[in-house]
Formats: sequence, structure tokens, C-alpha cells
Amino acid sequence: MTTSSPGMVHVKTTINGQAHELLVPPYMSLLDTLRELIGLTGTKEGCLDGNCGACTVSVDGRIVDSCLVLGAEVDGKDVDTVEGMASADGLHPLQQAFLEEAALQCGICTPGFLVAAKGLLDNEPSPSEGRIRHWLAGNLCRCTGYDKIIRAVQKASS
Amino acid sequence: MHPFAYVAPGTVDEAVAVLDKHGDRARPLAGGTDLLVKARANAWELDAVVDIKNIPELMTLTVGNDGLTIGAGVPCYQVYENEEVASDYPCIVDGTAIIGGIQIQSRAGLGGNLCNAAPSADGICPLIVHSAVAHIAGPGGSRDVAVEDFCTGPSQTVLKNGELLVSISMPRPPSNFGAAYTRFIPRNEMDIAVAGVGVSVILDSSGQNFVSARIALASVGPTPILASAAGNSLAGKPINDDTIAAAAALATDASTPITDMRGTIAQRKQLINVLTGRMINQAVERARG
Repeated sequence: MTTSSPGMVHVKTTINGQAHELLVPPYMSLLDTLRELIGLTGTKEGCLDGNCGACTVSVDGRIVDSCLVLGAEVDGKDVDTVEGMASADGLHPLQQAFLEEAALQCGICTPGFLVAAKGLLDNEPSPSEGRIRHWLAGNLCRCTGYDKIIRAVQKASS
Repeated sequence: MHPFAYVAPGTVDEAVAVLDKHGDRARPLAGGTDLLVKARANAWELDAVVDIKNIPELMTLTVGNDGLTIGAGVPCYQVYENEEVASDYPCIVDGTAIIGGIQIQSRAGLGGNLCNAAPSADGICPLIVHSAVAHIAGPGGSRDVAVEDFCTGPSQTVLKNGELLVSISMPRPPSNFGAAYTRFIPRNEMDIAVAGVGVSVILDSSGQNFVSARIALASVGPTPILASAAGNSLAGKPINDDTIAAAAALATDASTPITDMRGTIAQRKQLINVLTGRMINQAVERARG
């Protein structure tokens, strides 16, 4: 049984393919763990209650709101963030499409949209517009009106 | 947020022991989509959270001749992506597929939806119309509670300090059974029900008459409501507009909504009337295959 009281939780996790071993306060969110302990600040804090999706990351291939996950919970899990999307060869097709379609303005929601959209296209390479809109309902954008985001995801799909 | 310890036991007994020790200052952690919001808002001051996701019986979904059993920590997507569940329990899919968005559905499950005991919970009415039973473990042993008796008020349940919801099970639907759930929200998704209705029916072999029915209502009372008089009114009756309208009127009578920022009493009563009729018809369609 893993127990922490009141000290830190020992967590071994893989983030963007890289092994990490760290001590996490038991009440610290995965969002804060990524930003404050690992220094991966691409994942953004928005509403902190699971409505906006700005903090979306992937855990074992499923997208989650990292503000509603504890860092302690990702022991033994694979976490993927926006920082892991681009490769040495260049931007991920979704990132390139977001640039070309001007699918962002202030940009705070963008990492969450990118990770969420990747979660869709990794499993469904050619989703319908309706499917894309439904999948991204958990991500809010207050600037673009969504159409440009949807067009970018369509462009990046095969 | 009050600092809490994180405990991840591997057995029900260990989890119950920790919950019992801390009383109302410990809570089970499944998806965390309600717990962490409440802890962060200081609605709950916790000394410990008990992560139940390493306990096999809480993370197992079994479907077969004995019916459907869903571990209390099984997330929504594992329910609605299960082909046998989708085929034999579409009403359960109706509910799990509309709880939050995709991110929430990766974590949140029916066990948490039931224990959170929101009157608007989309997962509870489908369980009620399927005659589901909650299996509870506690320091004094195990007990079963019918899902319609589980919630006792907003955010209040029959669970006593130290008790843990282990799983929810429901019988395999008999032949000529059909069930459906829907809710009204002003958006297409990611919203809280203004009103919701679940209906299950069993038809006779001709497919023209009701043998029995169960009707459950969401967001129109302090808990999800089993509208027994409405469901019973259909027993033995032919399927037609008059019998369906009479049941919808009885369901409307069983609702006790309030006016709040999501809707008024009058609107919610009207919604229950309309949605009950629609869900009876959809349950009949599914029963006829």
C-alpha cells in the first residue's frame, strides 16, 4: 500500500518519453507537478475545475484535465504534454495546421486543444466535423469562435 | 486546499480501514472530477484521500448472463466503449456518454456519479431504471442498497463513515426490455441537466402492451427520483398516446423542482412531461429491437 502522511509521495513516471523520478506533495495536482516540479509550463492553468480543458494532458493515451489529477496518481503512468508533440524534424502536423489556419489568438487554450486533438487523431485519423466538435467540447476558447480550430484539426487529419 | 495524505491501498479491507480511521475527513478518490473540485473549494476539509484505483474489484466491469457489474472506479469511457454494454444496456451508455466531456469521461465513472449524489447526475437515472443495486463494504461488513434508495439529499448518501461503494450491478435485461435516458441542456454537451428522464419498459410478446415500466427523474428534486406511480400506471396497458400521456402526467406530478439559474419550476415540469413521453417511446422502440 502506497501511503504518505503527511510527507511526499515517491513517483516514477514517464513524461514525453523520458523517465522521471520525483517526490510530490500528496495534494499537488498533476498540473502543478508538471509546471512547478518538472518545469514543463506548456500545460496551462485555466478554470481549475474541469470545465475549460486548458490543462489537458494525456495519461496512458487518454486525455484528462491535469488540474483534476493528483501528481501522486501518475506513478507508473505515461504522461504526454504539448512539449512532446514537436519532433526534431519539426512541428507536429496539428501544430503546423494551427499556425497555417490561424487557429489561435491569445494562445492560452492552445496547448490543451493540441493535446486533445492529438488524442482524437491518434485513434481516429479521419473524424467528421461533428466528431471533432464533440471531442473538443471539453476545451474552451474565448477568442477564436472555434471555427478556425476545427478547420485546423480537419487539415491535420488524413 | 487543506493538505491531505495520499493513500493507495490494494484491497477493499485496507481502504475501509483508512476511511474508518479518518471518518468524514477522508474520501475515496476515483476519477477525482468532483472530489478535487470540492477539496480545492474547501467544501471538504480532508486529512486523507484514498485512491481506490489499485483495488481490482473496484476497477472491473463484467457483463454476461448474470447481468452487468461495474466497479465503483471504472471510468465512463470503459462503460460506453464496451461493445456488450452498448448492445445490451444502451440506456447506461446514454448516461455515461454525456457526463462531462472526453477529458472528464477518461476519469469520472458511475460509482463517483452515484456517491457525489447530485440531483442532476446523468448516470443515476439509467441505473435506477435498470433496477441496479449498490454493493457497499464497511467496517461492519457488506450490504446492498437499491440505487433509488442510495441518495438521501444533494451530496448526501446512505454511506456511513468508513463505508465504501465497491460496485454497482444490475440484472441482465429480460426479453422485450428497452430503456433510454435523455436530459435537456441549453448547449449540445458539457452542461448540467435542467431536467433528465430515464425510462425502462418490458413489453409483452406482441410488442403492443406494457408488462411493466420504471421511470426515473433527474434535476427535479433533492435526489434522483423513482417515479413509481408513473411507471406502474403503464403496467398491463396498451402502448398508445393516451397511456403514455397519462404516465408523463404522473411523472410530472412526482417532480418537485426548484427555480434556479438553470431553469424555473414551470419549465422543469414541462420538460419532465415532454421528455417522459419521448423516453417511453424510445424505450419501446429499443424493446421492439
